[in-house]
Amino acid sequence: MLELKGVGKTVEGSVHIAPASMTLVPGSLNVLLGPTLSGKTTLLRLMAGLDRPTTGEVWFEGANVTGVPVQKRGVAMVYQQFVNYPAMTVFENIASPLRVAGVAKDEIARRVEKAADLLKLTPYLSRTPLTLSGGQQQRTALARAIVKGSKLVLLDEPLANLDYKLREELRAELPKLFAATGAILVYATTEPTEALLLGGHTATLSEGRVTQFGPTLDVFKRPLDLITARTFADPPLNTIAATKTGGRFLVAGMSVPAPDLPDGDYILGIRPHHVSLDGDGPPIPATVTVTEITGSESYIHLEVAGSPWVMLTQGVQDLESRAKVTLRIDLKHLIIFSSSGEALAA
Amino acid sequence: MDKPWNNKAWWLVAPMLALVAFSAVIPLMTVVNYSVQDTFGNNQFFWAGLEWYEQVLSSERFREALLRNLLFSAIILAIEVPLGVFIALNMPKKGPGVSVCLVLMALPLLIPWNVVGTIWQVFGRNDIGLLGWSLKSLGVDYNYVSDPLDAWGTVIAMDVWHWTSLVVLLCYAGLVSIPDAYYQAAKIDGASRWAVFRHIQLPKMKRVLMIAVLLRFMDSFMIYTEPFVVTGGGPGNSTTFLSIDLVKMATGQFDLGPAAAMSLVYFLIILLLSWVFYTVMTNHDAQR
Amino acid sequence: MARIELDRVRHSYGSGYALKEISHAFEDGGAYALLGPSGCGKTTLLNIISGLVAPSEGRVLFDGADVTPLATRDRNIAQVFQFPVIYDTMTVAENLAFPLKNRGAPKAEIDRRVEEILRLIGLEHRARSKARGLTADDKQKISLGRGLVREDVNAILFDEPLTVIDPHLKWKLRSQLKALHREFRRTMVYVTHDQTEALTFADKVVVMFEGEIVQIGTPAELFETPRHTFVGYFIGSPGMNVIPARIDGATATVGGQAIKLDRAPTLTGGKTELGIRPEHLTLGLTGLPVSITRIEDIGRARIVHADLGGNPIAIRAPEDAEIPAEPKVAFTPGKLGVYVDSWRAL
Repeated sequence: MLELKGVGKTVEGSVHIAPASMTLVPGSLNVLLGPTLSGKTTLLRLMAGLDRPTTGEVWFEGANVTGVPVQKRGVAMVYQQFVNYPAMTVFENIASPLRVAGVAKDEIARRVEKAADLLKLTPYLSRTPLTLSGGQQQRTALARAIVKGSKLVLLDEPLANLDYKLREELRAELPKLFAATGAILVYATTEPTEALLLGGHTATLSEGRVTQFGPTLDVFKRPLDLITARTFADPPLNTIAATKTGGRFLVAGMSVPAPDLPDGDYILGIRPHHVSLDGDGPPIPATVTVTEITGSESYIHLEVAGSPWVMLTQGVQDLESRAKVTLRIDLKHLIIFSSSGEALAA
Repeated sequence: MDKPWNNKAWWLVAPMLALVAFSAVIPLMTVVNYSVQDTFGNNQFFWAGLEWYEQVLSSERFREALLRNLLFSAIILAIEVPLGVFIALNMPKKGPGVSVCLVLMALPLLIPWNVVGTIWQVFGRNDIGLLGWSLKSLGVDYNYVSDPLDAWGTVIAMDVWHWTSLVVLLCYAGLVSIPDAYYQAAKIDGASRWAVFRHIQLPKMKRVLMIAVLLRFMDSFMIYTEPFVVTGGGPGNSTTFLSIDLVKMATGQFDLGPAAAMSLVYFLIILLLSWVFYTVMTNHDAQR
Repeated sequence: MARIELDRVRHSYGSGYALKEISHAFEDGGAYALLGPSGCGKTTLLNIISGLVAPSEGRVLFDGADVTPLATRDRNIAQVFQFPVIYDTMTVAENLAFPLKNRGAPKAEIDRRVEEILRLIGLEHRARSKARGLTADDKQKISLGRGLVREDVNAILFDEPLTVIDPHLKWKLRSQLKALHREFRRTMVYVTHDQTEALTFADKVVVMFEGEIVQIGTPAELFETPRHTFVGYFIGSPGMNVIPARIDGATATVGGQAIKLDRAPTLTGGKTELGIRPEHLTLGLTGLPVSITRIEDIGRARIVHADLGGNPIAIRAPEDAEIPAEPKVAFTPGKLGVYVDSWRAL
């Protein structure tokens, strides 16, 4: 079990990680989700022992390991860049942590072959990393992390540099690969969809602060505040200001039914897939700025009352730029925030 | 990123510090000591103050040798740097030719200084040397033993032959680090050969070129072995560079005091000129 | 501007063909994407158009004129590379002016164009600074700008130009490029392995696989009727389900279950498969019985992985869909494809 007790990091007066407390249990998969520079890597480094926290303590398996250097902790780390020993064969690369640990020769061969089999690297064992594709190089780095048998495995955007189809495949395999080892897996990513696909638990990070930590779907469906909802949204969450008077919300000049809340100002969050052109809901005028097509889905970027919105539709739908459209919002799925950004009802 | 503070690391540096102290600092202090004293050789020393320095700096002999050195460095830099760049630009970037070229280029660098001197001493003789004999049979009046100009030519040719490779290899390393996309983009942009050199190759080579110039300057300014072997500083004093003069004074005439003063002055000049070179070049770099 | 025609072009880097025989015309003023995984030959094809690579066989024609023997310089095309190429010694403005200067354009025109492009890429405030101090994003914008600066080019070629751009900026540049094409109607060819980039940018997407063009079509065509199982797999996330089936007349049999086809396909022997997208499958109480193996919740939908007569399939179910106790899967009429030896027969 890895426990962070109020762990924080401040460098020359600027806060890199605000004091955070988390408990990660063996065999769990934990996602750190946040945009670039939100502190994911810093948090990973604190967990690994590469950096020393300025406040708080790190406990691992019941012992305080704060300040214990990384070499003595037996953690494994995989980076976004493919980090392998270029002059060694794939076999030697995978075997390297075992050689350092002084494992017997036939035991090394057995474990390397098993890891290579899991990661489909068996045909490449005698080649050097640079002659392999990006996917195979990253598999080699992952295999090395697996044979090491660490109880804490830290993955820092491990799939970011791969083609998306490879990413899809490897992402589906990853949790299974490590599940058998009983290790605590921590996976940093910038992509909300990746967090959802991985499942497990998710911690959302924003500007060095852990804003929420819990089961992934819970965090996604019931964000505690607007910042978390924005961090955990892809495409971005649409928001619009609303005022409640006499049992109804006043939104962009329209009146819609509101739940039981005191009168006052609110922020309504609407997920892009709850916006459509043909639903019921109140009509909202919008202008198309641009359409992005991913294949299975289309992201229609819009302008609503001066702020950018996104509508997510299935299949290929190409709307002309600058076209005027009328949006419908699915009122059942509104997320209501107070004007200070706390979630009230979802 | 902060690292755990650990004072133990100093113990790892200590042997190196001791070594530097023995090999550089202590001999240097000894030289400083000699340079302010006079001796008659029987281990009796007398305080001489700055007398030797005054003598060295005001001597015609020193100033001539210094001028010779500066001229020599200027000439070989003017030849070796452009020539080295030119050769590097024309070397193959891939294929089997690469290793052949690299080995050929590295060859002169592998030969010991005194052997280089000996080779050229023989090579230039007009009775049995290939160069000297060929020139003589072509009707050129060439004799490095008697003609100062021929002696200079020989020493310069020898240095160019010996050291241009260093410039080539450094520049080549800079050139091969340029990604292909740069050349492709230049083709697309319709850049001329000169523009490619001026805007892609030269900027990418600049750092290594700076190191090459600095190394070649310091080395050429301190040159000793090769001209000593070939010309022995002659004819007359025409190829007597500072280092040769220094040795003559110290071990030939046993004028330890003046020789020590001279070597310190010499040392300071090299230090100063290297610093000037370095600052000028890095400033130029920073402005861009 | 020009119509670019490839006439029986093939290319080999020594052993085997990296590019199998390709004949295709890029119409004047069209926006094309070459889409495929790494190693499919798309960059080779692009470099053959620009003249950086001479094809082993075949001809390249610009507006009917054979340019195969012409050097890159003389083909008058612009190309933007994967990694930013900037001239270190020049300012941002000088970088942009370089292609014009090399071709001896008058100063007034150079100034006018550079000004326009600076505005377009949003670097006006940096015009006089040295290009080498800029971020990777800005450097790549300069590369893009150099590609756009000449008005008289035959075509603009892009080789994965957004690789180094921060993910959060990608969609902006992507949509800017699309808008640019709409405005200037130049022939543009865009190489990428990212389906979103290809489908968003191009009117016509050329899908390449193992040195061959497997389909050319609009984003909608590629999604709705993939001509090859690879296109079905590569476009869409998750990709199309490909299920081995026995075909008798207008009936397909999967794991002992009969599926009625719209009409009988013409069979030419070889292996027969059915292709259907996860979006075109409905989980409910009617259809063929399946057993569910895994459910991925991606927030806006659920990807249900199931077993259909021994074949793994993926079904996209709506966000709040009920998963029945005895699930069955129904095929949306008209969306089922029949593939013979991986090529579409129906």
